[in-house]
Formats: sequence, C-alpha cells, structure tokens
Amino acid sequence: MKKLLTVSLLGLAVAAASSAQARDYDNVRIGVDVPYEPMEYRTADGELTGFDIDLGNALCERIGVTCEWVEQEWDGIIPGLMSRNYDAIMSSMTINDERRQQVLFSDPYITMPSAWFAPSSLDISEANEETLAGKTIGVQRGTLQDNFVTDNFSSVAQISRYSTADDMVLDMEAQRLDIVFLDFPIGQSTLLDSEEAEYVVVGERISEPKEYFGDGFGIAFRQRDEALAEQFNEALAELQEDGTYDEIYARYFGEE
Amino acid sequence: MLDISAWFNDLLADNLIFTPTTLGYYWEGLVTTTQLVFLSLVAGLILAVPLAIMRSSKHKWISLPVYFYTYVFRGTPLLIQLYIIYYGVVFIDGIQETFLWPVLREAFYPALIAFTLNTAAYTTEIFRGAIKATSKGEIEAARAYGMSQSLMMRRIILPSAFRRALPAYGNEVIFMLHASAIASVVTLMDLTGAARFVYARFYAPFDAFLFVAAIYLCLTFAILYFFRFLEKKLLAHLRPQNS
Repeated sequence: MKKLLTVSLLGLAVAAASSAQARDYDNVRIGVDVPYEPMEYRTADGELTGFDIDLGNALCERIGVTCEWVEQEWDGIIPGLMSRNYDAIMSSMTINDERRQQVLFSDPYITMPSAWFAPSSLDISEANEETLAGKTIGVQRGTLQDNFVTDNFSSVAQISRYSTADDMVLDMEAQRLDIVFLDFPIGQSTLLDSEEAEYVVVGERISEPKEYFGDGFGIAFRQRDEALAEQFNEALAELQEDGTYDEIYARYFGEE
Repeated sequence: MLDISAWFNDLLADNLIFTPTTLGYYWEGLVTTTQLVFLSLVAGLILAVPLAIMRSSKHKWISLPVYFYTYVFRGTPLLIQLYIIYYGVVFIDGIQETFLWPVLREAFYPALIAFTLNTAAYTTEIFRGAIKATSKGEIEAARAYGMSQSLMMRRIILPSAFRRALPAYGNEVIFMLHASAIASVVTLMDLTGAARFVYARFYAPFDAFLFVAAIYLCLTFAILYFFRFLEKKLLAHLRPQNS
C-alpha cells in the first residue's frame, strides 16, 4: 500500500514537472538592470534602449512572442529569475561556471572584455598588487569584476561596492575612487566619453582567466526552460545569419 | 585555542557559503555597524540635551530654529538624508580642495553625520516631551527654595526628565540600529552590506539574510537588556514597595 502511494505520488510529481516544462510562452518577461550604457539605458525621454534591449526585441519578434522588460537591480537579478518575477535575464550577464549552477544560459551573443579605468592623474601604466596598494577600487556589487577584485586585491586595496554603475561613476567624478574595474564598453561610454574629467584605460583589456571572465554574455533562463532557451538560440543564429545582428551591433558599437 | 580553531574549521568544511572568509565579512560588518550606531547615538545624545532645553524655551526665537531642525530631520526619510550628505556634498564646487574632504571622502563619516543629525532630532523631541511633562509642583517647590533657572534645570528638571525619557529613548536606540542597515547603499560594509555581498556572490538570499537577521536580533537583545537594567536602577522609586 505504502509502495503504491509512493509510486503514484512520484507519478504525480513527474506529471507536474513535465507540464511545467512543456509550458509555452507567448509573453516572455525579461529581467534587466538599468542603466548600463550602452547595453541598457534610458533615453532622455525615458524610453528603454540599448544593445540588449534591441537585440532582445528582435529575438522575441523572430520567435513570435512579445517581450516585456522588467527592471531589477543587479544583486538580486538571479534570485528574481528563480522566484518567477521574469522568465529570462538579458542584462550583460557573463556566462561562467558559478552562474551555470543556478541558471541555463543561451549561446553567447557578444563577448566583452573588462578594463581598469582611472583619472589620467593617477599615472600608473598597469594594474597590479603594487600599483593598487592603498588605493580605493570601485566595482559593482556581485559582478564578475567584484569577484575578481575581491579575490585578488582585497588584501592590498580598499574595495567600494556599488548597487549601480551610475553611483560608481558619480563617486569616481567626486574623487572618492582612485580606479574602477568595469566592462570595457560601459567604461568607454560613461567615463572615456565624459566631459567632466580626463579618464584613461589602465593596462590591457582583460578577459582572462576564464574562471572569472567566462565565455561572453548570455541570456539566462531557469534550468527547466530548455525549450525556451533553444528557441532563443535558433533565433540568435538566424539574426546573425541575415545581418540583423550586425545592424544592431553597429548601432551601439560602430562598424568593426 | 588551536583545538577550537580546528573544530571551527571542521564545522565550516562542508559549507559553501559560511567560509572563514565570508564570516570575516560579517565580522567586519558587525564592527562597522556597532561603531556607526554607537558613535552616532553618543554624539546625538550630546547634541540633543542643549537642543531640547532650547526647544522648550519660552522665547520663540530660541525654540523655533530647533523646531525647524527637528521638523526637517523627522519629516524626511533617513535614506534621503544619507544620499544628500554623501552624494550631494560632492556637487559643492571645490569641496575636494578643502580640509573637509579627507573626512567626507570616506563613506563612514557622511553616514555618521547623517545618522547623528537624525537621531539628535528624534532624541531632542523625546527629551522635550519629558521636560514639558515635569510636574508643576516640583518646579514651584524649586522656585520656593530660591533656585535659579539654570540650577533648577540641572538639579530638578533634567534628572527627572531623563528618567521619564528612558523607555522612549531605548526605542530610539533600537530604531537607530535597524535604520543603520541603509549604510550599505553608500558602499559601507556594515552588517547588511556583508549580507548583500554574500547574497550577490552565492545567490543565497535565505542563508545570507537569515544569518544577518540573527545577528541583529542578538544586538537588539543586548540593547533591551541594557535598558531594562537602567530602568530598574533609575526608576526604582516608581515601583510599588514590596516588603
């Protein structure tokens, strides 16, 4: 009797799991942390735009679903996916092993190095333990840059962690930070193009070691939404094939 | 000592989140939170006593400015005050060149200033209420003895007002401890900052926040116990006599 009960309960559980798996989406809610120029930000009249937004909308259109963008601060963005506040994350998220344990990633849709940015007055040519000793480093909390800096420099330098990239740039302009570590294009559009002060890239752009810097940006889904991820992968391949991807890329990063 | 640390490491061995490193962050957070709350409460208390006396003055030109200050600081969220003091000051032209900058540059001092001004405003109003509630018999008696205004304030009004304010002030202390949780928005690694760091790094909201909630509970318990002790001592005359 007991056995029968267990078996039937198991059967129920399997049925429930498979029905959850088979769920079809006609409206995909996508979590995004705004602003992160030029990947996702708002124009002067409040419209959401950026590389992720345009590409995401193009992907949804190709799949034949509607996209709804849900704003979420970075440090809660994966828990928000788990608790079904949205169905996917498309927010400059680097694919790495730590995150793979939590979420299912699409194929990478762009690769992007990180880089150190500092005021030209800092006058160092390379960021290492010696040159950063005693400095204040800014990072966005919970990013791979945070992990990298925490593991490598927390013994020699002071680390300030911010909720948004904007707050960090503000404190950089206020001269509270000596140097920041950011995704390269974000630093480029927020700091290098800034008219407030003179900023420079310190050292090379960084995309190694892979354990921190991963395999490019991916769209994150819940583990069981394999079908949805597959649809996005197919759509992405098509957009890259027919030139739509290149067009969107050129809109934000110029022609290569 | 070695045994204890070996035992402790064993305990942590199977645990991915609460490693010695993250516990170090929690410890750092505990120190920052305690410092921040303790210093702002002490400074707020020192400010609040003269302000409360001014606030209960009969002269409008003395009491009104204090009323304006307490109204502003009680009427706006602490988070906004912290934002204005931390991010706002950098928009003052040339602030980086003044002697104030080494202080304002660190996140700790702007937070300390915001918390101090905020708690001083609440404490001022708590004390003012207690001063106003001094029974008129005590004041008349003091006058009958020929006490001057300041002597009466020192010997009669303030001591009894402090006693009356004690339970309400104990609440303010606990409120301040919990309000300090917002310090992490200006990059301070306080207890909540440590929890947010662990949360973001391991995607483990329950573990990170439940652990920190337990620490806050312990701190609150210590504060409650301290104030209960004080009340027992200072309000002994109000208890019914048991033979």
